[in-house]
Amino acid sequence: MDFISILSIFVLACFVGYFVVWSVTPALHTPLMSVTNAISSVIVVGALIASATAGSDSSKWLGLVAVALASVNIFGGFAVTQRMLAMYRKKDRQG
Amino acid sequence: MHTDVIMAVPAWVLLAYLVSGVCFILALRGLSSPESSRRGNRMGMIGMTIAVGTTLATHSPASIPEIAAAILIGGGIGLVTARKIQMTAMPQLVAAFHSLVGMAAVLVGAAAYLNPEAFGIGVRITPIASPSFISILPVSRIEMGLGVAIGAITFSGSVIAFLKLNGNMSGKPILLPLRHVINLGTLAAILGLIAYFIQDQSPWVFGTVTALSFLIGFLLIIPIGGADMPVVISMLNSYSGWAAAAMGFTLHNSAMIITGALVGSSGAILSYIMCRAMNRSFISVIAGGFGGDAVAGGAATAIDRPYKRGSAEDAAFLMSQADQVIIVPGYGMAVSQAQHALREMADILKKEGVRVKYAIHPVAGRMPGHMNVLLAEANVPYDEVFELEDINSEFTQTDVAFVIGANDVTNPAAKTDKSSPIYGMPVLDVEKARTVLFVKRSMGGVGYAGVDNELFYRDNTMMLLADAKKMVEEIVKALG
Repeated sequence: MDFISILSIFVLACFVGYFVVWSVTPALHTPLMSVTNAISSVIVVGALIASATAGSDSSKWLGLVAVALASVNIFGGFAVTQRMLAMYRKKDRQG
Repeated sequence: MHTDVIMAVPAWVLLAYLVSGVCFILALRGLSSPESSRRGNRMGMIGMTIAVGTTLATHSPASIPEIAAAILIGGGIGLVTARKIQMTAMPQLVAAFHSLVGMAAVLVGAAAYLNPEAFGIGVRITPIASPSFISILPVSRIEMGLGVAIGAITFSGSVIAFLKLNGNMSGKPILLPLRHVINLGTLAAILGLIAYFIQDQSPWVFGTVTALSFLIGFLLIIPIGGADMPVVISMLNSYSGWAAAAMGFTLHNSAMIITGALVGSSGAILSYIMCRAMNRSFISVIAGGFGGDAVAGGAATAIDRPYKRGSAEDAAFLMSQADQVIIVPGYGMAVSQAQHALREMADILKKEGVRVKYAIHPVAGRMPGHMNVLLAEANVPYDEVFELEDINSEFTQTDVAFVIGANDVTNPAAKTDKSSPIYGMPVLDVEKARTVLFVKRSMGGVGYAGVDNELFYRDNTMMLLADAKKMVEEIVKALG
């Protein structure tokens, strides 16, 4: 992919993000933050590439540490979001 | 050459990353309603699995044991934390998670700097009569520099935000002399060095950019007070997205770019919503100096003026006679963990035929949606919880407004007093209810804006001076 294709993806994704996020109900703004937190850890892809590629030991170790940090976020972020979302109930179910 | 390396990535891999990006879009789309949100969260997990699986499948399996160990350690810590964390501690947790994304971005950037060939962004150059070296492509140097800088700012900024939210550090703004000059100077130096990085890829340039970015993240957040945290935490959310996007540019990875853009816009929109709800400009929040935690005995006039004080029994009587009660929770409810007792009180009132609703101001609490999560935790049905603009007109037909742990978001001065620092901020019209019950620890304290609340001294206001949770429990007892 050349720079322009990447830039196109980025700009279009910003617009998608803009419209999708405005449609999120304010009651779910906290889960929105925790789930965006989890998905921004997709940066783990870069960390995996660094860890799995030979050539530089220090690069590999930095990658592994980054994998561990991002994993905290991925697992923790999705789990805490799930825990929060499970608490949102409608009227009829309580009592 | 560079382009050859990138073209060598098989088409299915690019497609897989695209699919994972689409899953992330659907994950956010799901949050438009609580019913679809759980499915959305699962889409997010699927997207992440696809992204990680694809990367692992296309790289040498030699380091799989180490990688698995790293994932197990990190994932284990994450899961345990997610399970154990108190809902009232969500703002701290989110800040801590932001810092990890930032640090991961810095580490990935450093790894790419040390081993550019692994990421397909280096060109081996062999000059005559000197050893060969790898030159990082100029575009990649800018992307890498920006990614590392944003990541570092996210990290140190989030660490400070975490310390303030967790109470390890005072919520009061810390104001250094000449801070604007220092901040702008540091920022200019970072940008200048990233530009210089194009010509000179020596380690000192990379290192200085990283170090200065850590510093500026720290400097940017220390002057911001506790009550402005909803904006700060949204802003850091946004930064963590831009850091991921910049890394996506460096690595030519569409999943990272799409996600980064989504998260970046999400945080930006939340910051905007929070600023609008406080009637403040983003710049003035970032400039800092506003909104320390409530200072006891702030306004001398607060003590002198006459007000009505009520007991739990009075409150219980008034509410049990009412047709409609609107509960207005704020940060104080979170601090005293009063949400469960509050729901118990609402249940008793509902049994007696009283309509109970909850009114949430966008900046109530320390992060966007903070109150909603706490009420959901206490099993309050979400269709009883309303946003400011949906419920504000109802106060005129309400018998009792029960304000618990909120202050400035109910201050009528925001509508009438042009000299007030909160003038123009949208507030809940609680004073229009027939009676206002205002739970507050003591008369001495003022809200975060440091202004006295006119509401306390009105004829239709009854002050319930006690710890929020204790007061609600006493009301429950009196009702029972």
